[in-house]
Amino acid sequence: MKSIDFHINGKKKSFEVDPEEPLLYILRDEFHLSGAKFGCGLQQCGACMVLVDGESRPTCLSPCENFEGKTIETIEGLQKDNKLHTVQKAFVDLQAAQCGYCLNGMVISAVSLLRNNQNPSEEEIKDALDQVICRCGTHSRFIKAVKSASNPK
Amino acid sequence: MENFKLPKTGRRSFLKSTGQLLIGFNLFPLAFCNQKENEVSASMYSGIPERPHLGKDIIDSWIRLDADGHVTVLTGKQELGQEIRTALMQIAAEELDVSFDICHIINGDTGQTPNEGYTAGSNSVEGSGSAIRQAAAEAKYFLMQEASRKLEVSIDKLNVKDGVITGPKGEKISYWQLLEGRFLEGEITGEAPIKSPETHNIVGKSFQRPEIMDMVLGKPHFVHDLRFTGMLHARVIHPPTYGAKLRAFDTETISQMTGVEKVIIDGSFIAVVAKREYQAIKAWKKVQEIAEWEIQKIGISQTEIFGDMDRNSNSPQEVEKHPNIKSAISKSSKTLKSTYQKPYTMHGSTGPGCAVAKWDAQNLTVWSPTQGVYPLQNTLSNLFDLEKEKIRCIGMPGSGCYGHNSADDVSAEAALIAKHLPETHIRLQWMRENEHQWEPYGSAMQISLEAGLNDSGKITSWQTKIWSDTHSTRPNGKAGHYVSARHLENPFEFQKGGFSGGSYRNASPLYKIPERELLLYNYDGPLRTSALRGLGAYGNIFALESFMDELAALADVDPFEFRINNLDNGRAIAVIKTLREKCNWEKRDKSGQVGYGLAFAQYKNSAAYFAVLAEIEMIEGNEKFKLKNLTSVIDAGQCINPDGLKNQTEGGMIQSASWTILEAVQYDENGITSKDWNSYPIMRTKDVPDIEVHIINRPEEKPLGAGEAA
Repeated sequence: MKSIDFHINGKKKSFEVDPEEPLLYILRDEFHLSGAKFGCGLQQCGACMVLVDGESRPTCLSPCENFEGKTIETIEGLQKDNKLHTVQKAFVDLQAAQCGYCLNGMVISAVSLLRNNQNPSEEEIKDALDQVICRCGTHSRFIKAVKSASNPK
Repeated sequence: MENFKLPKTGRRSFLKSTGQLLIGFNLFPLAFCNQKENEVSASMYSGIPERPHLGKDIIDSWIRLDADGHVTVLTGKQELGQEIRTALMQIAAEELDVSFDICHIINGDTGQTPNEGYTAGSNSVEGSGSAIRQAAAEAKYFLMQEASRKLEVSIDKLNVKDGVITGPKGEKISYWQLLEGRFLEGEITGEAPIKSPETHNIVGKSFQRPEIMDMVLGKPHFVHDLRFTGMLHARVIHPPTYGAKLRAFDTETISQMTGVEKVIIDGSFIAVVAKREYQAIKAWKKVQEIAEWEIQKIGISQTEIFGDMDRNSNSPQEVEKHPNIKSAISKSSKTLKSTYQKPYTMHGSTGPGCAVAKWDAQNLTVWSPTQGVYPLQNTLSNLFDLEKEKIRCIGMPGSGCYGHNSADDVSAEAALIAKHLPETHIRLQWMRENEHQWEPYGSAMQISLEAGLNDSGKITSWQTKIWSDTHSTRPNGKAGHYVSARHLENPFEFQKGGFSGGSYRNASPLYKIPERELLLYNYDGPLRTSALRGLGAYGNIFALESFMDELAALADVDPFEFRINNLDNGRAIAVIKTLREKCNWEKRDKSGQVGYGLAFAQYKNSAAYFAVLAEIEMIEGNEKFKLKNLTSVIDAGQCINPDGLKNQTEGGMIQSASWTILEAVQYDENGITSKDWNSYPIMRTKDVPDIEVHIINRPEEKPLGAGEAA
């Protein structure tokens, strides 16, 4: 066991944990942040994605100690002052969800993309969302939502 | 006042005795209800008290006005991401003349909602929707009569808006004032007038699904997100292949691991329970390393499967008989024969199966993503030899399931594990490879078609031969249908049933064909199969409609025209004609670089009508194909929520495109080798075509489910 400092959604907190334990379980069980989901545990599906220093990263395999000292943002932290993030708003406006299990990964990937590239092409959007598995077939709505978030009217 | 009775306390005794209110549920305000804040309503909705339903013919079983200023709708159907909650609330709001914003819904819960069997076959809007419409109409009719008496105004002089009844002199009374907290225990007589479609202003409009807001905020929503005080995490270790038996396993090694609370071995069923989820996963991995199994080889290889269907099926079931179809076909001026093959395909839910179970004395409660809480209760009753009344099954949203996936298995396993640790909530989640290797797949199928044409391009004769394993092994009361129940020391026997029906779904052409035969060869294949979206319809329509394109080419007739010429169903013709117009068929790319495929079907030959055109482009020096575009038209009768209907249809189109282009379950003699998303790739964003869905709305027709039309 080891005491690790986590910086999550603007807050700093230390936990005594097994340093090998992947971040996902710490987020869900210690921080009560259940937005990031377990999908495969193999870094293949993106359901567990969070922003690490602004980039979308999976959390289901990598030991939590690797995240020490890094700035972590989860889907719960995107809303600021009770105002939805433009990506969150676009997903609601376009009703871009069916079962919604992949939504965390899609939203996080989109936010990460738009931070680096405010006006992505369709190809760039597709590339950015490709790391997330969606089985319901909601992809075309996700692409539209990200387009709409990149050019807020 | 005969219709109003206070609930008898006896009905509540079950809930009291099981004591199952959601403890530790502070993360989940109203997990089972949509919480919506509405400025006009008198009070915030904080749910309604739980009480068992009183039978399907009582209004109270479907519509409750307990909470001041709010309407609670109850349905036995589950939300599976198909947006049934919104559609059902729209129906209730419309018929009751209340705002959609004050409606809330409770899905399948044996402690509260009516028994509506399984949420399957695109039946929810037709079934539950019509029951809720009736109940809401009855409730309103009753309240209007009450108001008429109270206000001393004849019923035809009363108006109602947003649940407030107004008389000619401005007299006002609301539904809730009339009821004063009593329940609507009146019977559904069928006498209440149903609103005519032209007066609808909620049904037929797009409403947003309230839960999407929760999802983008990352709020707990799924069964996976349930957290209870003292809850333990479990993992199950399935055998490496079907029928494998546990030979040796050193439990000591596992029980000594940090956090492990229990190692369960019952025959060949192994489970580990730990304090933290990751500790359970570590134990799960270790068990896989050290457990020794006696493997039973899979006899029929992937390459032999279709040949084996030919050789080893029983004599065919004559679904549609013909005295001599071969001779009828051979007499035609042109004939064609083609055979189509479909491999095993997965549900492949994004989130693995998960359930929570808890035993208290002799009572069991299971929180489950099942498609049917009552069938689950029945089957658990069989598994534990326990009266149904002692089992409560609470439906929770899971990851999209698209049919019979792991949801029931994981629920039963959670209950099996929890039995060893009474008074404790046990959360079992499958690992990715449990899901990929053990879910029941959509059956491999072979479809052989032969037909004859006359000189004017009409189909004169047609023969369909289908080879397929069963498309339904749902555990409807039989515990042997749970995989792990077969692995116990005292195993439950699995009797494969449910052959036929699902296999020939949509196999009989809707086209006007005078001479026809349909033969079904039931095949007992090597892999576990059950209901996957559309059952046999996907394979059958793929074959039938590919064959129609080939026949059109043989007849030298445009594929749209060819279908229209061979149909006499007006709604079928309308979707095909509308599609032709919407996809600019006349102006299509004729360079030879783009290929087109047209398909039409009426789901189950009795539900929604759907037509789609696929546009496929040659890429990389004509060595590869890319699906570029899918344009479709759907007629699902009266459309409840147009945006919801589009969303479902888009999803069906992308999912079936993925099945067609990318998917086949891989296996060898030692078991399933499609263990993850690399060994079973599905369509991702980069490969997704442009999608367009057009709706033909028919408000005068009954609404038809659309979850499987595409």
